[in-house]
Amino acid sequence: MKSTLTKFSKLAIAISIGAALTVNAAHAEGEQYFPLQSYRIGPYAAGGSGFFGGFIDYLQYVNLKDGGVNGVKLTWSECETEYVVEKGVECYERLKQGLNGAPAAATNPLSVGIAYATLDRSTADKLPLITINHGRTDSTDGSVFPYVFPLQLNPYSEVSAIINYIGTQSGGLEKLKGKKIVTLYHGSPYGKETNPILELLAKKYGFKLTLLEVPHPGNEQQSQWLNIRRLKPDWVILRGWGVMNPVALKTAQKTGFPADHIIGNIWSNSEDDAAPAGNAAKGFIAITTHPSGTDFQVLQDIKKYVVDAQKGNLEDPKRFGTVYYNLGVVNGILNVEAVRVAQNKYGKRPLTGEEVRWGFENIKLDDKRLAELGALGLVQPLTLSCADHEGGGAVRFQQWDGSQWHVISDWVQADRELLRPIIEKSSHQYAKEKGITPRDCAKES
Amino acid sequence: MLYRESGQFSTSYPADRRIFRLYQERWAFYLLLAAAFLLIPWLGNDYWFSAILIPFLVLSLAALGLNLLTGYAGQLSLGSAAFMAVGAFAAYNSHLRIEGLPFLLSLLLGGVVAGLTGVVFGLPSLRIKGFYILVSTLAAQFFVLWVFTTFAWFSNDSSSGVITAPPLVILGHDFSSPQGRYLFTLTVVVALGFLAKSIVGSELGRNWMAVRDMDKAAEVIGIALPKAKLLAFAISSFYLGIAGSLWAFCYLGTVEPHGFDLSRSFQILFIIIIGGMGSILGNFLGAAFIVLLPILLSHIASGLLADTIDAGQLENCQKIIFGGLIIFFLIKEPDGLAKIYQTCKQRLQVWPLRF
Repeated sequence: MKSTLTKFSKLAIAISIGAALTVNAAHAEGEQYFPLQSYRIGPYAAGGSGFFGGFIDYLQYVNLKDGGVNGVKLTWSECETEYVVEKGVECYERLKQGLNGAPAAATNPLSVGIAYATLDRSTADKLPLITINHGRTDSTDGSVFPYVFPLQLNPYSEVSAIINYIGTQSGGLEKLKGKKIVTLYHGSPYGKETNPILELLAKKYGFKLTLLEVPHPGNEQQSQWLNIRRLKPDWVILRGWGVMNPVALKTAQKTGFPADHIIGNIWSNSEDDAAPAGNAAKGFIAITTHPSGTDFQVLQDIKKYVVDAQKGNLEDPKRFGTVYYNLGVVNGILNVEAVRVAQNKYGKRPLTGEEVRWGFENIKLDDKRLAELGALGLVQPLTLSCADHEGGGAVRFQQWDGSQWHVISDWVQADRELLRPIIEKSSHQYAKEKGITPRDCAKES
Repeated sequence: MLYRESGQFSTSYPADRRIFRLYQERWAFYLLLAAAFLLIPWLGNDYWFSAILIPFLVLSLAALGLNLLTGYAGQLSLGSAAFMAVGAFAAYNSHLRIEGLPFLLSLLLGGVVAGLTGVVFGLPSLRIKGFYILVSTLAAQFFVLWVFTTFAWFSNDSSSGVITAPPLVILGHDFSSPQGRYLFTLTVVVALGFLAKSIVGSELGRNWMAVRDMDKAAEVIGIALPKAKLLAFAISSFYLGIAGSLWAFCYLGTVEPHGFDLSRSFQILFIIIIGGMGSILGNFLGAAFIVLLPILLSHIASGLLADTIDAGQLENCQKIIFGGLIIFFLIKEPDGLAKIYQTCKQRLQVWPLRF
């Protein structure tokens, strides 16, 4: 008796596993799928849950308000990466085929490491890889990286804009000469990405640069800040991520460095970075491509259609309208806009990754279109092309008052003309190593 | 009944010392190989190749390397990931800097450089024993990563410190497709697996085991301890170096030094603890447990419970279940999965009788 029972339970387990593994190809015809390599646990959970919460809420909103994009419903599923590269690769391979027959539009891993590891795969699978506000800088050159999009702001532009801001604060870029700037960076590919360009800018403007690495995940920074106290820099650029940011601010206070001379980069700019540091964060300055807040039309609509209808993705409703959440919404807007643009060319049906790629390359968001989307002031005007996969390159500066962010500057533009040759040199070297013939952008339509 | 030993006599020493002495095992192994080389490439898809089978094989190989050192020669190590990193970066640099070097040779060179590094960090083992040798290998772990992150030359001055794998071309054949990368990895792992099996069966292997069980006694009976220990470090690191190259070139296609951090060393150590120390098969069972089980759990979870439980909570639940399973197996069988397999085999030999 006992053995038959065990046999049955084994059979039941086998069947349930089988059921879980087989893909049911019935009901998702005519939908567009977004594979989400999300992360909701681990040291970077705050970023992941906020970003993917906003992204999912925006997709949900498009479904609930308009019934999808031109009648094509949006669908998605999540796979937890924990910001770990191998898991991200596994998730990429698991989700890339689409869901129940709905083709995948684009992948958004929100991790430089995962983006690097899936870059070749995305290109081979013809699936756009979106790295909004981060990513591999030279992928801005779309002629070599047709499927990779560091939207809005690539790492080089980010640094260039910060230096431009410090220049204006000091009374002109020529005043930078002799100034001391320390960059405290996260010990990961993301953190290191900008070091060469900082060195180049230091040479160009004559400021003295010190690069200090904080090992991942960054919850121990005593020695770095003691070093900073010894150097007495004029500014500290904080190139942090996750738990590293509040720790940096707290340690800065302990060692007596003023918070209003620390400039957080694009991944040190959220409420989740500043708030845990408490008083130490007061006065902290950070850059942003989009303000936080809920005043924008699109956020009000999301609140109306999604959040108030109990369909929101956020576990903690207080995070609605925070920097990470809004970035997720911005990312949603750009992804959906790409699908919409591509549908205008290829027809109102679920599109392949290759077709959505064309959509991304032909995104043109001016103030008029942004107003239609309800995102005026939330998204910067953005025009992408075959050669330029970044588009914007402008940031605003915001300051933390102890409880929320206040925007303190207008758009500060990166010196993109200066950066372009460096980007092209790097992308061409990559093309040579990989044996890629760059596309001729003049022939793209 | 099915698994009877009776009637199978060895009539010569080579026959007695074969890897699989029983014809049942031999045939099962041939079938397994045939399935791995013929059936799986035919049946599998991209997901299976690139996300499951390749990391499984590479980690099995890495665990095999560590098992030679820890399970057979008795030297504990927490530097496995560092030697993998050395292998990966050495293979990358030799491919990059020596014009026209075939990929296989770069792979081999990566392994050799890793082996030499292993010898250097194994030197303290001549003076310190037991747990204290962990300190030396831990030093390797931190020193190697520091070198690769600090000196940009190793990553060809790439701004983010990430190396990008060259196309996988061997003898004019392109193995870049997921299927090709799987077959290539499988071939390397099978070949090195056989080599390991014959090493541990050889005089060297028996010397290692003598050193492991009691080094004073081994010395007394005339085994040269320094040679045995340093060879263990060299060969183990060679295996780890090859595994590191495969990890970089066949699996991820890109690698950064922090992909080989301390947690990777722990992962490999856990594989051999769960799989079984001093066993070749154990590495594969352990790697399957550590690599495949979380993926299976996540598939089951996302298939059955996706919309009912919050995604973050679901992920934490999987971790709890996985941890619970590790504890369960270690309590049930502290000698690892390989021992469970042995027990099953013994039971099968007398089945349907109980003794």
